[in-house]
Amino acid sequence: MTVEQAAELTLTPVRSGVGVSVPRPDGTLKVSGRYAYSSDLWAADMLWGATLRSPHPSARIRSIDVGSARAMQGVHAVLTHNDVPGRRTYGVERPDQPVLAWDVVRYQGEPVALVAADHPETARRAVAAIVVDYEPLEPLCDGDAAIARGARKLRENDNEVHRVRIRHGDVESAAGLADVVVSGEYEIGMQDQAFLGPESGLAVPAGDGGLDLYVATQWLHVDRDQVAASLALPHDLIRMTNAGVGGAFGGREDLSVQIHAGLLALATQRAVKMVYSREESFFGHVHRHPAKLRYEHGATREGDLLYVRASIVLDGGAYASTSAQVCVAAASFACGPYVVPSAAVDCVAVYTNNPPCGAMRGFGAVQVCFAYESQMDRLAAALDLDPVALRRRNAMAEGSVTPTGQVVRQPAPVNELLERLRARPLPLAPPTGGRDPRELPGGVSNTTHGEGIRRGVGYAVGWKNIGFSGGLDDYSTARVRVSAAAGEPLVEVHTAACEVGQGGITVQAQIARTVIGIEHVVVLAADTGVGNAGSSSASRQTWLTGGAVEAACRAVGEELLGRAADRHGLDPRDLRLRDGGVASADGSVVATLAELLDEPAEATREYRPRRTTPLDENGQGDVTMAFAFSAHRAVVDVDVELGLVRLVEVATATDVGKALNPQSVEGQIEGATAQGVGLAVMEEIQTVGSRIRNPSFTDYLIPTILDAPAMPSEILELPQPDAPFGINGVGESGIVSSGPAVMAALRMATGRALERMPVRPHELAGATAAGGASA
Amino acid sequence: MEFLQPSTWEEALAAKAAFPDAVPIQGGTDVMVEMNFDRRRPDVLLDLGRVRELADWASDAGSLRVGAGVTYARVIAELGAMLPGLALAARTVGSPQIRNRGTVGGNLGAASPAGDSHPPLLAAGAVYEVASAARGARRIPAHEFYLGPKRNALEPDELIAAIYLAPAAGGQQFAKVGTRNAMVIAACSFAVAVDRSARTIGTGIGSAGPTPLQAPDAERYLAGVITDEGLWESGRLPDEAVLERFGALVADAARPIDDVRATASYRRHALTVMGRRTATWALRDGR
Amino acid sequence: MRLKCTVNGEAQEVDGVWEGESLLYVLRERMALPGSKNACEQGECGSCSVYLNGNLVCSCLVAAGQAEGADITTVEGLAREDGLHPIQRAFVEAGAVQCGFCTPGFVVATHDLLRRNADPSEMEIREALAGNLCRCTGYTKIVDAVRLAAERLELERRQA
Repeated sequence: MTVEQAAELTLTPVRSGVGVSVPRPDGTLKVSGRYAYSSDLWAADMLWGATLRSPHPSARIRSIDVGSARAMQGVHAVLTHNDVPGRRTYGVERPDQPVLAWDVVRYQGEPVALVAADHPETARRAVAAIVVDYEPLEPLCDGDAAIARGARKLRENDNEVHRVRIRHGDVESAAGLADVVVSGEYEIGMQDQAFLGPESGLAVPAGDGGLDLYVATQWLHVDRDQVAASLALPHDLIRMTNAGVGGAFGGREDLSVQIHAGLLALATQRAVKMVYSREESFFGHVHRHPAKLRYEHGATREGDLLYVRASIVLDGGAYASTSAQVCVAAASFACGPYVVPSAAVDCVAVYTNNPPCGAMRGFGAVQVCFAYESQMDRLAAALDLDPVALRRRNAMAEGSVTPTGQVVRQPAPVNELLERLRARPLPLAPPTGGRDPRELPGGVSNTTHGEGIRRGVGYAVGWKNIGFSGGLDDYSTARVRVSAAAGEPLVEVHTAACEVGQGGITVQAQIARTVIGIEHVVVLAADTGVGNAGSSSASRQTWLTGGAVEAACRAVGEELLGRAADRHGLDPRDLRLRDGGVASADGSVVATLAELLDEPAEATREYRPRRTTPLDENGQGDVTMAFAFSAHRAVVDVDVELGLVRLVEVATATDVGKALNPQSVEGQIEGATAQGVGLAVMEEIQTVGSRIRNPSFTDYLIPTILDAPAMPSEILELPQPDAPFGINGVGESGIVSSGPAVMAALRMATGRALERMPVRPHELAGATAAGGASA
Repeated sequence: MEFLQPSTWEEALAAKAAFPDAVPIQGGTDVMVEMNFDRRRPDVLLDLGRVRELADWASDAGSLRVGAGVTYARVIAELGAMLPGLALAARTVGSPQIRNRGTVGGNLGAASPAGDSHPPLLAAGAVYEVASAARGARRIPAHEFYLGPKRNALEPDELIAAIYLAPAAGGQQFAKVGTRNAMVIAACSFAVAVDRSARTIGTGIGSAGPTPLQAPDAERYLAGVITDEGLWESGRLPDEAVLERFGALVADAARPIDDVRATASYRRHALTVMGRRTATWALRDGR
Repeated sequence: MRLKCTVNGEAQEVDGVWEGESLLYVLRERMALPGSKNACEQGECGSCSVYLNGNLVCSCLVAAGQAEGADITTVEGLAREDGLHPIQRAFVEAGAVQCGFCTPGFVVATHDLLRRNADPSEMEIREALAGNLCRCTGYTKIVDAVRLAAERLELERRQA
């Protein structure tokens, strides 16, 4: 459909306020196939863009010959780095990534050239006709190797993107006092967001020399800034609209087609559509950082934690992306939601020639949770304590101090979350034999009729940040307009907060409905016509954009009360908005909204939560705006001979502050939990020599509906101080501890150490090189 | 690219003779993936979807003739009782959407070592009928059909017509290992067919070698023990150690490699386990 | 080449189709029916599910020419004259929609399941929908939606 047709699509008005499971306003469009995703957009006379990507993870570019591609019929433009008019690099935190590579390529899949043609197949053939002469170099494939002495330098200085060093308490002394010390080395593979809607967008050149960009993204304003810089255009000539987004999970925080489609559109003066295939998508966005984590925990014989030492290497791949912030998060949360009097944490994010890594749901908190929770289980075993009891003994609570020296000034119900899970009845143990294969490890593949199955139960608890950390100026903006549309008062909410599937537009409308009290609320498309909303990440949009919407609604309400007061000679402090009108203190109606809305009332407000501070040289500081806590209990059946798994149930307990839309809250928790368990048992981008071996949904497996466990959720609502309506972010907490809980359950079932996530069948089955099982 | 769409078998063979490089397409579940991923750009696509002769199965003198265009969904729904091994394998192919389109003939044409049909067809001693306009039909036993990774015994002018095999005369089982419980390509797979009238055991190994394989030593060993110990008559199961040994011989017959789906050693290990388990079930099924 | 077929009850005829195009591309880019989604192009995700002559298929794996003369129903053809199909309503109400990219495929696949099996068990639901990937919901609410739709359709049958 055209962008004009897309703009005409109407969302279902939201007519309920906060606390109600009102259906999504875009639900009707989505179930009927009429919702406008970025890949659905179309323009008359439009061209198709395609990208030539490097086949090598590390190589010098000797030459690029675009002659025969340009000569092909139906090809309208072939562009290289020479055709980038502005800044030749981009990046969400630091601009170190070439728009189009020159001189060298640093990862397999790095964009080298662009084509615009009249049919996608023509564009593919033209891409194939571009001749690039590469001199392949030996890639740097491993995070440890990147910081080893004598490693080849991928950048001028060294291969470190960022390093965080936390020194809290006195680890040396604590180590002397410990009765029990456990250590471990853990590893996490590279996870992909695997959102269902591949990257896509439509760039339309405008009459004023600027550009209208319709792209599926998470953060319009930072996209716009980067596009403007590379196209050498003023910001106000780049108008960005968030076209329908098919999932994000962090993978759309970095640019994909934005600059490329813009370059092609300006070069051809035609609308240009770019849509990545699934394979290209695997090369076209950043992934979750693979990590190696070395830990040492010391405790008293009663089970009180004395200290934690942690050394963490995050493989950032070829470019910086958000590695620095992931590094801060991983370090800050490295010790878990426990009282740890002394901690020494060293966390480094490094450059390699692997695929670039950046934001993915959980953002640094996921990797460390696997390590610290594995350590807690190991410590419990060493002390002969119940793992839940050990966790509860050391659990943080409100007022606890984190290893960065921050006092937790909010509910921190770690104990209660674990208690809730422990109190849940366990699912029934498997009957022996004769069962439906779909309820057994291996599923329809018919690998067991009951043989070899052992059940395991595991617990894990996790924490992560809400909002941007470490002193970044985090804020959002909302414009709210109330008018009379055909006699009925209408509230229009306009923000740049990207709806990525999470239901942001639902809760924005619910907030407006509650604050202004007008029944008919619509949320307008997110675009750069309104101020910055920040990214749809860090579990922050409901809080920050919700806060901005609340503030703008209150301002509009005051405007309406003021109008009523002026017109009726009353004191506005005595007036209230009620039932579509303005009422006095005794409840009598002073004015109807219809009469006050002879002119629309409008207000724009920014919302800023409490400020954070950067970490100092000892890694101390109030880095985190707010914390999210959650816990999981996983019940698994494992075929210990074949190493196959069935996830029986993964129960969650989460503190959500206040559920503005309980159904959406559950949806966030269930979806995040499913991604976390996917990481535990199947999801990994495998690389060999920095090349991706499985860039497809045939070999990068995500859970199907038959793999997904039952996911009952216990939801606590302990109000967050300072947050609008007392809410807490819920977008990510479900992913942090779900994988570690599954790993704990798998350990119980198999008796194996399982220090790597995702776990592979041969590790669960313990097949040896000789082919025998030691199970 | 040319798109040919014969409606009779004769026309299809003529088209293949005229364009030996033409890529046959039936359900599209392999060919279209290669097209969509830009792995293949044939000059000619030969759509066999309208060739009536391919789309049916029939019983013929104690043998079944299954047309190459019969979908997995129909194998499950219509042939499950007679060909339980093939039906079990068919149930693990992709998703309902794939089983509605994908065909056993297509699986043979692609000849991927991971194709789910091959192990049960090998185990059941199937024979494939192929044909050309020039030389007419010929039959190839399943175990002579697979020449290498994605290479089969078809001549350039030939097409696959049908599969011949006898209805099961004993238990048949199929199992496959993958890291997902549905919609997964085999990391390795195994099929076993017990033939109580011929007193033989058939085997088929998938995804653990350059081609689908059989395990002749395992077949002879297990059939030998059953015969020697009079178990065909008694219906008793062989000892656990015998079944274990069968599994080990199955694994010995494999020629696996390390790849993105599994390690070679895990594949051998899994075959040992699957061999033991499926043989146990198949012997129990048919008593 | 030229392609003629019937889509959602309407005769369609398009020219200039490249022989290597999929039915999905034809629907989305040539027939202005973008409801079927393009998410993997290899039959692994089910987002492009349509009925082809009454069979549930992945339209990304049907060569355009194979659809010549075929009767096709897409998600756009499932709604009733008076509004959404009960399956579509159930998906909205149960919270089975988040980003929604997988939703059209799930709706069509659920439609196929419920016409074959009016009262599926949970495991039957899960096996029948295993070819449709969802990355947002974790599937719990999709199972709820299918159950809700089955109940509603059963009620409709009783009232009819």
